[in-house]
Amino acid sequence: MNNFVLLPIIIPFFFGMVLMFGQKSLRFQRGGAMLGLILAFASAVSLLFKVKEDGVQKLTFGGWPEPFGITMVSDMVSALLVTTTLLLAIFIVWYSFNSIGTAREQFYYYPAIMMIITGVNGAFTTGDIFNMFVFFEVLLMASYVLIVLGGTRAQLAGSIKYILINVISSALFVIAIAYLYAVIGSLNMADISVKIAEINQPAIITVIAVLFLMVFGLKAAIFPLYFWLPTSYAAAPPPVLALFGALLTKVGVYAIMRTYTLFFIHDTAYTHELLLWLSVFTILAGCIGALAYFDIKQIIIYNIVIAVGVILFGVAQMNETGLQGAMFYLIHDMIIKAALFMLVGIIVYKTGTTNLRKMGGLMKSSPTLGWFYLIAAFGLAGIPPLSGFVGKLLIAKGGFEAGNMWSSLFVLATSLLVLLSVIRIFIYAFWGEEKPVQPILTKAETTKLFIPTAIVILLSIAYGVGAEYLTPFMSDAGKLLADPSIYVDAVLKGE
Amino acid sequence: MEFIMAFVIGFLFMAAVYLMLSRSLLRIIIGTGLLSHGAHLLILTMGGLGGSAPPVLADGVEDFADPLPQALILTAIVISFGVTAFFLVLAYRSYQELNTDDISEMKGGDEEDE
Repeated sequence: MNNFVLLPIIIPFFFGMVLMFGQKSLRFQRGGAMLGLILAFASAVSLLFKVKEDGVQKLTFGGWPEPFGITMVSDMVSALLVTTTLLLAIFIVWYSFNSIGTAREQFYYYPAIMMIITGVNGAFTTGDIFNMFVFFEVLLMASYVLIVLGGTRAQLAGSIKYILINVISSALFVIAIAYLYAVIGSLNMADISVKIAEINQPAIITVIAVLFLMVFGLKAAIFPLYFWLPTSYAAAPPPVLALFGALLTKVGVYAIMRTYTLFFIHDTAYTHELLLWLSVFTILAGCIGALAYFDIKQIIIYNIVIAVGVILFGVAQMNETGLQGAMFYLIHDMIIKAALFMLVGIIVYKTGTTNLRKMGGLMKSSPTLGWFYLIAAFGLAGIPPLSGFVGKLLIAKGGFEAGNMWSSLFVLATSLLVLLSVIRIFIYAFWGEEKPVQPILTKAETTKLFIPTAIVILLSIAYGVGAEYLTPFMSDAGKLLADPSIYVDAVLKGE
Repeated sequence: MEFIMAFVIGFLFMAAVYLMLSRSLLRIIIGTGLLSHGAHLLILTMGGLGGSAPPVLADGVEDFADPLPQALILTAIVISFGVTAFFLVLAYRSYQELNTDDISEMKGGDEEDE
């Protein structure tokens, strides 16, 4: 019994409820949101160290014996993701103070953020497959509110597509759970893992595995299910976009990672081969999109798709190196996507356009912004001292170990295209002659936005330089993913 | 019995997919309604339609229906209620703002320049 596991979920939920009152008081809304996130972050960090010290932490509601109650499980994978989520949420909320506008802030913006964090943390921590569905709905419902809040024409058109696609994928999730329940007769994830191993994964389980891949692939935007992402994400205002880009698709990636390392591990020749090819095509589709657009939002949005492909490529290797690399890259990508969307937001607020052809010469008016953007771009591409390097190195190494030489070389080669796509923003927006701009916010206001952004970029540098310090955490996570018996024993047999 | 239910659910899914591929937003929302009906019936069916008594503790009853799928459905129903209510209001709002309920006319936004 350890109620500690619940704190990163309960604290944002509680503050989300409290913030629904006093909607007009900006000081209350902002202060409450910040206080809630900082408290939750502190609890997540202590949980992370507890997991490091004592192994997997679990809590079954109501004291029921294990497969019968709902179990919350905090292992190294979920503890790392929860901590990163809360850390990024703090900076994105700080960024929102000066960018989202008071009208939105007074209309339940912060409660919606707290609820989305509740849903994301819950989905990362739960040990029950139906409970994961419920937490998905919590975060999706809050994301519907955030994407449409403000009600401009673009937001309305974008959010209708977003909601429709998520309603369909939620129905598919329910259907997949129904099939799994009919075959296995259990909802507890550890118990499902044991029972699938007992019946040695018959063909119907492989079908369900592909159905799960479709469900979570729709959330995570893998090829060929990524088509909804560019139009709907482009509709969201910058801080919301940073939150979505950093967190939402990563929940789908985590769910694929979890189900494909815990449930469906007995017929990897089919399921993981499929995952491998889909991830390669995801990277390819993302690269094409990222190079095709002259719209800065779209370029970074397609980079989300690429990163999802790279992480899933690591998962598809099913060896410890590849999975450890996938964890490294997942955390890196959450941080760097938040940073890039925050930077893109600043550029949009400064120039009043998302079109690269209408920008130029920003280096003269804001050199610091330019250099920080360049660092973030190099970090995204994985230039050695920066954050993207270790993850991609391990993923490629895992690929070579698993004997997938050509696809690993492909993943490495696409880093060049990633670099090209983000450097194009640097060249078009920061170099060249200064173009006339219609700033949306004043210079003082954009400077305020720059502080949280700079801290997130410094965090990503620290993440790359301090990879040595993080390696024990990541190798624990990699071991846990590579060997499901650690998870199963911790949940079903206790410490 | 499960066999008949499978056909009914399959028909619901077919109708839902057909409606969701149409252009009018209201037809799409009716399609999502049918889709969630199908999914809920599927949970009930896949849980097994055995059991002669409702899952309520009573004297002398031995053969209960499986209570777990019913709890799952109840959860899924309220969730899809919430989402459908939100979706319907959104459709109403976008009909007011965009003056259309044709989803193929809802392109991008006002700042489209390429």
